[in-house]
Amino acid sequence: MIKYTLNGDLVEQKDETTILESAGRNGFKIPTLCNNEHLTPFGGCRLCLVEVATERNPDMKKLMPSCTARISSGLIIDTNSHRVQQSRRFIISMLISRSPKAEKLREIAKEIGLPEERSELSPSEKYLLDDAPSIVTTNCILCGLCVRACAEIPMRDAISFSARGMERMVKTPFEKYAETCIGCGSCAYVCPTDTITIEEVV
Amino acid sequence: MQEYRMHLMLCAGTGCVSNHAFDIEKAFKRELEKHNLQDEVQVVDTGCQGFCERGPIMIVQPGDIFYEMLEEKDIPYLVEEHFLKGRPVEKHMYVPKGGENPIPKLSDIGFFKKQKLIALANRGLIDPENIDEYIGREGYSALAKVLSEMTPEEVVKEVKDSGLRGRGGGGFSTGTKWEFAKNSPGDEKYIICNADEGDPGAFMDRSIVESDPHVILEGMAIGAYAIGATHGFIYVRDEYPLAVERINKAIKDAREYGLLGEDIFEAGFDFDVSVSRGAGAFVCGEETSLIASLEGNMPEPRVRPPYPAVAGYKGKPTNINNVETWANIRHIINRGAEWYSSIGTETSKGTKVFSLVGKVNNTGLVEVPMGISVRDIIFDIGGGVMNGKKFKAVQTGGPSGGCIPESLMDTPVGYDTFAKIGSIVGSGGMIVMDEDNCMVEVARYFLAFTQQESCGKCTPCREGTRHMLDILTRITEGKGKEEDLDVLEDMCGLIGSTSLCALGATAPNPVLTTMKYFRDEYEAHIKEGRCPAKECKSLITYTILEDKCTGCTLCARDCPVTAITGERKGIHVIDPDICVKCGICKAVCNFGAVRIES
Ligand SMILES: Cc1cc2nc3c(=O)[nH]c(=O)nc-3n(C[C@H](O)[C@H](O)[C@H](O)COP(=O)(O)O)c2cc1C
Ligand code: SF4
Ligand code: SF4
Ligand code: SF4
Ligand code: FES
Ligand code: FES
Repeated sequence: MIKYTLNGDLVEQKDETTILESAGRNGFKIPTLCNNEHLTPFGGCRLCLVEVATERNPDMKKLMPSCTARISSGLIIDTNSHRVQQSRRFIISMLISRSPKAEKLREIAKEIGLPEERSELSPSEKYLLDDAPSIVTTNCILCGLCVRACAEIPMRDAISFSARGMERMVKTPFEKYAETCIGCGSCAYVCPTDTITIEEVV
Repeated sequence: MQEYRMHLMLCAGTGCVSNHAFDIEKAFKRELEKHNLQDEVQVVDTGCQGFCERGPIMIVQPGDIFYEMLEEKDIPYLVEEHFLKGRPVEKHMYVPKGGENPIPKLSDIGFFKKQKLIALANRGLIDPENIDEYIGREGYSALAKVLSEMTPEEVVKEVKDSGLRGRGGGGFSTGTKWEFAKNSPGDEKYIICNADEGDPGAFMDRSIVESDPHVILEGMAIGAYAIGATHGFIYVRDEYPLAVERINKAIKDAREYGLLGEDIFEAGFDFDVSVSRGAGAFVCGEETSLIASLEGNMPEPRVRPPYPAVAGYKGKPTNINNVETWANIRHIINRGAEWYSSIGTETSKGTKVFSLVGKVNNTGLVEVPMGISVRDIIFDIGGGVMNGKKFKAVQTGGPSGGCIPESLMDTPVGYDTFAKIGSIVGSGGMIVMDEDNCMVEVARYFLAFTQQESCGKCTPCREGTRHMLDILTRITEGKGKEEDLDVLEDMCGLIGSTSLCALGATAPNPVLTTMKYFRDEYEAHIKEGRCPAKECKSLITYTILEDKCTGCTLCARDCPVTAITGERKGIHVIDPDICVKCGICKAVCNFGAVRIES
C-alpha cells in the first residue's frame, strides 16, 4: 500500500501510478496538454507541474510534471499551491503568445483562472500576452502528441520533430509526402490545437 | 630501455600543435642529430600542459626548465647552447607581465606555482600515446589494487568517503551515485564517460583525454568493478578528433596488455570500452540526452526520475560521470579517501580544473585545490587583467553559471560557496571580464547561446529563453523599457523552476547575476540610453578629439566606409551617419585622438 499526502489529506493507494492519475482518482483535476493516457508520457509542455516534497524533507519543494512523476510513500504533493498556479499561468501565457489563435489554449487559460483583467497579470504574463512580438505563425505548440500517436498507434513513424529550439517543427521525413502514412488520422485526432488536417491523396 | 641524459617534454596538445609544435619537433630532431645527441637527448610529445597561450612550449628535464613561444629559427642555437653546452637560453623563457627577469624554472612561474595537480597529475610528464609511460607512473596500479584487495562495496565506500563530487556540472556525490547504480537490480549494467564538453571556451576534458587517456580507462574500469558493469562508453565531442584518436589508441594498447577485455588481472573481471562520437549539440552532454544519442535515438532530454542509475542505457542501470571525475578515481584508490578529503573545503573536496580565458594575462588550463580564492586564481595564477585594465567580473560555469563581481573576489572556490552568490562551479569555465565589457551584453551573449542550444522539447526553455533574449537585445540596442527589468526577473525565476532539464533551468543564471551585481548598467541602458562600458554599438559614437588629432590621415584612409574626412595636417571629423562603429580608426590612430562616447 502506498501512503502519501495529497493536498493536505492522506491518500492510500494499492497500485503505483502517475501523480496525474492518482490525483484524478481523488477528484483533483490537473490541466495537461502533451499527455494522453494511451501514449508514452512526454513531460514537455510543463502545464501539469505540481509541487512535490517528502516527509523527510518537507521544506524542499520541487515542481514535477505529474504526467511522468509517480506516487510513492512519504510524498507530500500539492496540485494547486500558489507556485503551481503561477507556473501554469506562465506556461499557458507563453503558449498563447506563440499560438494566439489556438482555441484550446484560451479554454485552458480560463479553466486555470488566468485573469482577463490586465492589471491582475504578473509582469511576465502581461508582457507575453500584450507586448511580446510573435515570430511563429502556427497553432502547433509542439506537444508531440501527433508524433507519438503515429509511432505508437498505427506504428508508422510518418512524422517526427525536426530542428531544435524555436525552429523545432513537426515534419514528415525530408518534408515530402510520407510514404508510410496510411491516412488513419490518429495524429489529427490527438492534436489539441487542430493543426493537422488529413487530405485525400489520390 | 634506453637511458637518456635529458628529456625534452614538448607539448603536442591541440593548442601547441596549431602553433606548429610539430615543426619545432622536427627541427629539434634534426639539430640533435647534427650534434650527434639523439642517443642522449630524447624528445617526448606530451599532452596539453595548460599554458596554451604561450605555445609552443617545452619543459626540459632534469632541471625543470620551461621554454615558451618556441620558434623554428631559434632551435639550432637552443640545441647548441643548452643541450650541448649546458647553458639554458633566456630568450624563450617566461617573463611575467611587468617583470623584467626571465624565470627559468617551471615551478617558479606564478601560473604553475599555486596549482595542485591530481586529475592532471601526468601533465607534461608522459607521452599520452605510450602506455608504458602511463604504467611507469603507477598507471593501472589502482585497478590492480581494487581487483586484488578490495570488494566492490569497499571501492564504493572509498569513493564516497573521499567526498568527490561530479565535475561535469551538477556536483553530485560520485560515491553515492555509484552506490545507487550498484544497488540497482539489473542483469546488465553500463558505465559512461561524458566527454561531450560543450561550454563555450571550456577545454578541460579535451585536454585530459588528449594528455592522459589511460587515466580515464583506469577510472572507468574501477567504476565498472564497483557497480558490476562489463561495458563502458566514452562519448566524445565530435569536434575533438585528436582526443578520439588518442583514446582509441589507448583502448587498443590496454587490450593488448590485458587491461581491458576478459579476465583482467586474472581476477575474473571482464570489462571493455567503446568510443562514440557526439551528435554535435550542447544538449547532447546532458545525461539522458547523451544516453538517447548512444541508443541511436534523438538526443533530447527526458524527465528524471527514473535516473540513469536505475534506468539508463537500454533501460539498464547506468553510471555516468564526467572525464575529470574519472581522472580522480585512481588517485583516490591509491592514496586513500582520507588523503583526498584533506584537500579542499568542508563540502567541496579535492581539486578542480578550470579553463581560464578572457581578459586575463595568462590564459590556460589550471588545476587548483577547492577553497582557493577566485582572486588568487585570476591574479596569482592568471597574472591579472590584460593591458593593465580594471577587473570587472568573472563568469564561472559557462552559460549555466553566473558572474562574480570584484566585491566577491575573495569567495573560496566550492560548490556551495559559489551557489550562495548565484553562480556555479559548473564544468570549470572561467571567463575574465574587464572594464570594457558591458554586463548587459555579457548576459545577452550567454542567453543567445542557450537559446540557440535549447532542444525545444519543453515550453519554458524553448519559448521563455527566446523572450528573454528579445528583451535583452532590445536593451542593448537602447530600446529597453522601464518594466523590462521586472519582466526579466519574473521570467528568470519561472524558467528556472519549470524547465525540464538543467539547460533551461540554469539559463537565467547569467541574467540574474548581472542584474543583481550590475543593475546600474542595465538602468543606464534603459533610462539614459547609455552603455557605461561603451560596448553596445547602438549606444556609442566615435568622435575625434580636436586637440589630439595631428591630421595624419591614417584613420581616413583605413575607414572601410569612408566616414572620416579632413585635410592633411587638418583636424579630421567622423560623420556619425556613415560610421558603422567598426573601431578601426581608434585602433590605428597613433595619437589617441579617437574616442568612444556614450
Ligand atoms: C545542457 C547540459 C549539458 C551538459 N553537458 C555536459 C558535458 O558536456 N560533460 C559532462 O560531463 N556533463 C555535462 N552535463 C552534466 C551531465 O548531465 C551529468 O550530470 C554529468 O555527466 C554527470 O557526471 P558527474 O557526476 O561526474 O559530473 C550537462 C548537463 C546539461 C543540462
Ligand atoms: S501538430 Fe498538434 S499534436 Fe502535433 S505537436 Fe503540434 S500541437 Fe501537438
Ligand atoms: S530545458 Fe531546454 S534543453 Fe532541456 S528539455 Fe527543455 S527545451 Fe530541451
Ligand atoms: S589617425 Fe588620429 S591623428 Fe591621424 S587623422 Fe585620424 S584622428 Fe587624426
Ligand atoms: S502534460 Fe505533463 S508535461 Fe505536458
Ligand atoms: S596545447 Fe600546449 S600547453 Fe595547451
